[in-house]
Amino acid sequence: MKVALFVPCYVDQFYPGAAIATLQLLEKLGVDVHYPKNQTCCGQPMANSGYEHLTTGCNNLFVDNFSGYDYIVCPSGSCTLHIKEHLHSPEKEEQAIEIRKRVYELTEFLVDVLKVENLQANFPYKVGLHNSCHGLRGLKISQMSELVAPAFSKPAHLLNMVQGLELVQLGRQDDCCGFGGTFCVAEEAVSSKMGKDRVEDHIEHGAEYITSADLSCLMHMEGILRRQNSNVKVIHVAEILNHSSHE
Amino acid sequence: MSNSTTKSHAELAAAFNKDEPRVDWHDETLWWVRAKRDIAAHKLPEWELLRETASQIKNNVLSNLSSYLEQFEANALKNGLVVHWAADAAEHNQIIHKLLADRGINRMVKSKSMLTEECHLNEYLKEHGVDVIDSDLGERIVQLANEPPSHIVLPCIHKKKEEIGDIFHEHLGSAKGESDPKILTETARQHLREVFLTRRAALTGVNFAIAETGEFVICTNEGNADMGAHLAEIHIASMGLEKIIPERKHLGVFLRLLTRSATGQPITTYSSHFKKPQDGREIHIVIVDNGRSIQLGREDFRNSLKCIRCGACMNTCPVYRKSGGHSYHTAIAGPIGSILAPNLDMKKYADLPFASTLCGSCSNVCPVKINIHDQLYKWRQVIVKEGYSPTAKTIAMKAMAFTLSSPALYRTGGKVGRWVFKHAPFAVNNQQNPWFKHREMPKAPEQSFGEWYSKRKEEKK
Repeated sequence: MKVALFVPCYVDQFYPGAAIATLQLLEKLGVDVHYPKNQTCCGQPMANSGYEHLTTGCNNLFVDNFSGYDYIVCPSGSCTLHIKEHLHSPEKEEQAIEIRKRVYELTEFLVDVLKVENLQANFPYKVGLHNSCHGLRGLKISQMSELVAPAFSKPAHLLNMVQGLELVQLGRQDDCCGFGGTFCVAEEAVSSKMGKDRVEDHIEHGAEYITSADLSCLMHMEGILRRQNSNVKVIHVAEILNHSSHE
Repeated sequence: MSNSTTKSHAELAAAFNKDEPRVDWHDETLWWVRAKRDIAAHKLPEWELLRETASQIKNNVLSNLSSYLEQFEANALKNGLVVHWAADAAEHNQIIHKLLADRGINRMVKSKSMLTEECHLNEYLKEHGVDVIDSDLGERIVQLANEPPSHIVLPCIHKKKEEIGDIFHEHLGSAKGESDPKILTETARQHLREVFLTRRAALTGVNFAIAETGEFVICTNEGNADMGAHLAEIHIASMGLEKIIPERKHLGVFLRLLTRSATGQPITTYSSHFKKPQDGREIHIVIVDNGRSIQLGREDFRNSLKCIRCGACMNTCPVYRKSGGHSYHTAIAGPIGSILAPNLDMKKYADLPFASTLCGSCSNVCPVKINIHDQLYKWRQVIVKEGYSPTAKTIAMKAMAFTLSSPALYRTGGKVGRWVFKHAPFAVNNQQNPWFKHREMPKAPEQSFGEWYSKRKEEKK
């Protein structure tokens, strides 16, 4: 199985630890992981701002970097969803269609493709799981609270395999953190208030760490936590699943 | 009462957020309604099937709208109703004014109708010497406060009971400082009773118009539409042309969904059918287009016309809850308003599709399964292409697209960016940066993942 690792631009630049953990975790599970080195960005920042027509360059680059793999795995629900829904390339549309079918967010890849049933990981902390909207309502990696349908959560399923980890219950299980791409600066007041309230829910319920399958939400909540000088930290789900204190 | 402000959603929302305890109160009040909706929905195992059925009925209506409208008109005429057609808000207002003027009526009672808000009927009639009193309690409160409704189902949800007490003291003579909801409601009831008994004309909205029978249905919790309509000589019903449903049996689907979605009640207290006038009385129905047929022609946005005005998308929307209905500066606020308003005036409402994180909760609670968040995304593309995006944003986006299309530029840019974060933090940590106002910037690591990976590859060789 030949897997390409798709590392979102802001993860590459600001959160390399999450990408390293993703790579190491997949390698531990016996996956042959490649990192196409000319990758940049999925194009979502432009598209969500109304400039999808400017993403042709990003799209073509993405197709060049990620064609020919069995799977493309990404430690971000949001960027995965963008590729799944919006990757087009007028000249190489067939390749783009293949990529759209083969791109997976990390936790759904672990659960649905690798069918991971146990992990050698420990993380003896109280952890709050933040459901990122794009992972949740876009990729459907967990059940959505609005629907009358059976509950499930792929990230929680994996986190429950981690020794010592205790998931805390939240007051609002899937309210948005308010990041929203350029929304976080264009609507600064509402965005930061949403972030503050989301963080408060985790703190109130005793979380020592806030985790998520999306770093954009975590980056937003980290900005709030650090401004509050809080002891609560954010950590990407890959870093927990790859965490072993014996190493 | 028209909202003549030119401020954007972001500016109005920032003003609303100056009073954080009030934002918390507003957010929790709306979330409480969302939670009640969840409880009601979860009591019905067939909930998702109901939503799907309602969606399909409405799809059928939109695909055959003209024939259902003609069928409705023919049956309504047979029943003895008078049917008027209004192409736009102005014609709607003129028709109603003429009906009143011809009968020498200068005072009217009106129950809830978002369409009349959309058409600014109250202001129009006031200018023409007609006094209108809104009989829905929430609407009466905002009318007395000289404000537009902030929510389509809960018009005065932004007002605390103490503030309502002050308004009633000023206008209805309740005791100063009285804020007991029971006493205030009784005050309003006495005031409105006199209105119901003395008005010769009553205007109502329409929730559902049934093509098969030519009747229409009005849902209220207060019975105020019935009180007005049954006591007046002339009952005028204002109806958006998308309110049609094909058959009476379809009501069973919509009535079960409407109030569970809106407030968590199993059904509205009053679901009243109006089919023919009493002897010596008149019922007129004004069917209004006002941009709806244009929206019907927009392939990506036509199914916004499935909306049954339950307000569930507002209650669940974190942006609505934390910015308040008035920040949307349009008659219909929240996610649904943000996909309806640009159709009416793209320039004026260019900001609304951006007043969202695209979280998607709105689409999930929608009882008729409108893909609201997808439409918000699509409106953004249309607004930019039509040239309603700020020039500075366009320049920034072009620069970003250019950099991200080139691996070399991206790597250099990232390196420079991280260097600045580390060695010149004042360049980003300042009040010019909206992020920094309430949040710290991310810490810049020594190396990017790409750099780490290249080194590892070298070491492995």
